[in-house]
Amino acid sequence: MDYFKSKVLSQTETAKGIYLLRLQVPEQQIKPGQFYMLKSWEDDFLPLMRPISVYRYGNGILEFLYRMVGKGTLLFSRLESGDEVDLLGALGNGFPCTEVKGKIALVGGGIGIPPLYETAKTLRSLGNIVDVYLGYKDDLFLVDEFADTCDDLFIACENGYEGYKGYITDIVNHEKYDAIFTCGPEVMMFNLLKNSTLEPSQLWLSMEKRMACGIGACLTCNCETTHGMKRCCSEGPVFRGSEFTMN
Amino acid sequence: MKININGITFKNPIIAASGTFGFGKEYHQLYDVGILGGISSKGLTINPKEGNAGIRVYETASGVMNSVGLQNPGVEKFIAEELPWMKQTGSVVIANLGGGCLEDYIAGIELLNETEVDMIELNISCPNVKSGGMAFGIKADVAYEAVKAVREKCRKPLMVKLSPNAENIIEMGQACEKAGADSLSLVNTFKGLAIDIKQRKPIFNNLYAGLSGAAIKPIALRMVHEVCKNVRIPVIGLGGIYTTEDVIGFIMAGATAVQIGTANFTNPLICKQIIEELPGFMEEIGIENWEEIRGVIQ
Ligand SMILES: Cc1cc2nc3c(=O)[nH]c(=O)nc-3n(C[C@H](O)[C@H](O)[C@H](O)COP(=O)(O)OP(=O)(O)OC[C@H]3O[C@@H](n4cnc5c(N)ncnc54)[C@H](O)[C@@H]3O)c2cc1C
Ligand SMILES: Cc1cc2nc3c(=O)[nH]c(=O)nc-3n(C[C@H](O)[C@H](O)[C@H](O)COP(=O)(O)O)c2cc1C
Ligand code: FES
Repeated sequence: MDYFKSKVLSQTETAKGIYLLRLQVPEQQIKPGQFYMLKSWEDDFLPLMRPISVYRYGNGILEFLYRMVGKGTLLFSRLESGDEVDLLGALGNGFPCTEVKGKIALVGGGIGIPPLYETAKTLRSLGNIVDVYLGYKDDLFLVDEFADTCDDLFIACENGYEGYKGYITDIVNHEKYDAIFTCGPEVMMFNLLKNSTLEPSQLWLSMEKRMACGIGACLTCNCETTHGMKRCCSEGPVFRGSEFTMN
Repeated sequence: MKININGITFKNPIIAASGTFGFGKEYHQLYDVGILGGISSKGLTINPKEGNAGIRVYETASGVMNSVGLQNPGVEKFIAEELPWMKQTGSVVIANLGGGCLEDYIAGIELLNETEVDMIELNISCPNVKSGGMAFGIKADVAYEAVKAVREKCRKPLMVKLSPNAENIIEMGQACEKAGADSLSLVNTFKGLAIDIKQRKPIFNNLYAGLSGAAIKPIALRMVHEVCKNVRIPVIGLGGIYTTEDVIGFIMAGATAVQIGTANFTNPLICKQIIEELPGFMEEIGIENWEEIRGVIQ
């Protein structure tokens, strides 16, 4: 983990309100599912850095895919090549790619999709069969990229624009899999967990909480688990399904 | 660069503020926290606390609101698991002690008395614990009784951390001094409110939360100035410090040292960078020790 400056190589709007930010960085040790805290503004203007998951990394190029939703991501969306971005990371535990074996499903919803990309690549390189399920509201993104990195790709779109019309969780056949990794809206992930035929300990959920320090010091990113309050930033963001009680 | 507070030597006047820095371990992954003048621990209570449910942090204009609710492992676990590591960093170790009632404070003090903790910072101002915390820090006569009772038991230097929500900050400082506090730190967070207008609900489960960061600096500085003018014991200033200039400002207002909280979130290396800048800054403004500028603002 390090705090350092990076340079913007390029930025493109890949779908409506969804931006791909490519940064030049020194060599990084990154586990799939980890994230960075980012900022691109003067110190005390927006006091908090913003957590964004790693989408893709290689050859000193770190890529983030984010949705513009508020002040910070609006400022990110204005970045141009040559601009500076402050990074703190890589942070969090990431997905436990070496703890699973066999047939793995990755289920992503909306802006929870990007961190599954490196995860799919890693799981496959470890010899697993990897099916990817992507759920969208309307605009699709990253579909081609995933098509090249998984065994089977399933798409659901709430407006029926492409693939299954409805929620992605409707079309996951749990019985086919040895383990499931998921990242997306909490309702989606908990739905998946509730309806799974797998042991809850064989599902891993990547949680999203508001964060301040990002490194485990301030206790603001509280995630309520069956093992007590945990820090989403440092003990997560990935938690086992068995750490949540479903009711 | 050195300063002395209540007989304890600090390498420099920069202290990491309670609740923003854990017990130092996390930031130590980024830099040697032993370079800090001191570290004030996460607020401790005699029994472990889970803290508040719901959202705990919310960004505002140049500020941050928090409602962590004193989540901590309890004094005993702190002593067993965190203190030995903190001590070996070489920074002054300040145990920040909170509580719901006087008995809790006393029980905590009695355990900490027996340890290598350098100083106690008594948090009479945490606005997040519904039962009590706040009350001590609001009324000067209530604070007086609490600090006096703690003082009788406390064998460590006792710093009392004031709430800016006190009815009268000068009377509060004087009451704590009279009750036997060795030093004061101020300010803690300002009680504030954030509303989710779409849901017509408060953002925080506890309704109110504490505001910190650059947004509070001018008020914090004014309060530090007022208290410094009216007490004789050392005052540690904090509230929205982000730069070396801010540090000098607090010292000119009368502070002996400063603490840095929220700014650690904005820039995790901020304390280190300020410590590195200070010697050059002293040279630039032509001073050799802090006494030359301390309290120059009348
Ligand atoms: C571990 C993790 C990974 C993430 N990965 C991605 C990603 O890959 N792509 C992406 O688009 N988004 C991601 N997010 C969500 C992203 O952090 C928020 O969308 C972003 O912080 C919003 O900032 P803003 O200033 O635009 O919004 P504002 O609403 O103006 O932000 C105000 C404050 O609330 C916080 N906040 C607002 N929404 C969220 C949220 N959903 N989650 C956490 N904090 C929030 C902000 O960080 C900021 O402190 C991730 C969040 C977490 C916790
Ligand atoms: C997330 C967070 C947690 C805090 N926890 C504590 C605490 O446990 N005890 C305490 O005395 N102050 C606590 N504080 C208050 C800070 O120590 C400090 O007094 C306040 O934030 C003002 O300084 P700043 O503007 O530099 O942050 C906390 C502040 C924040 C932001
Ligand atoms: S964001 Fe500070 S502990 Fe997680």
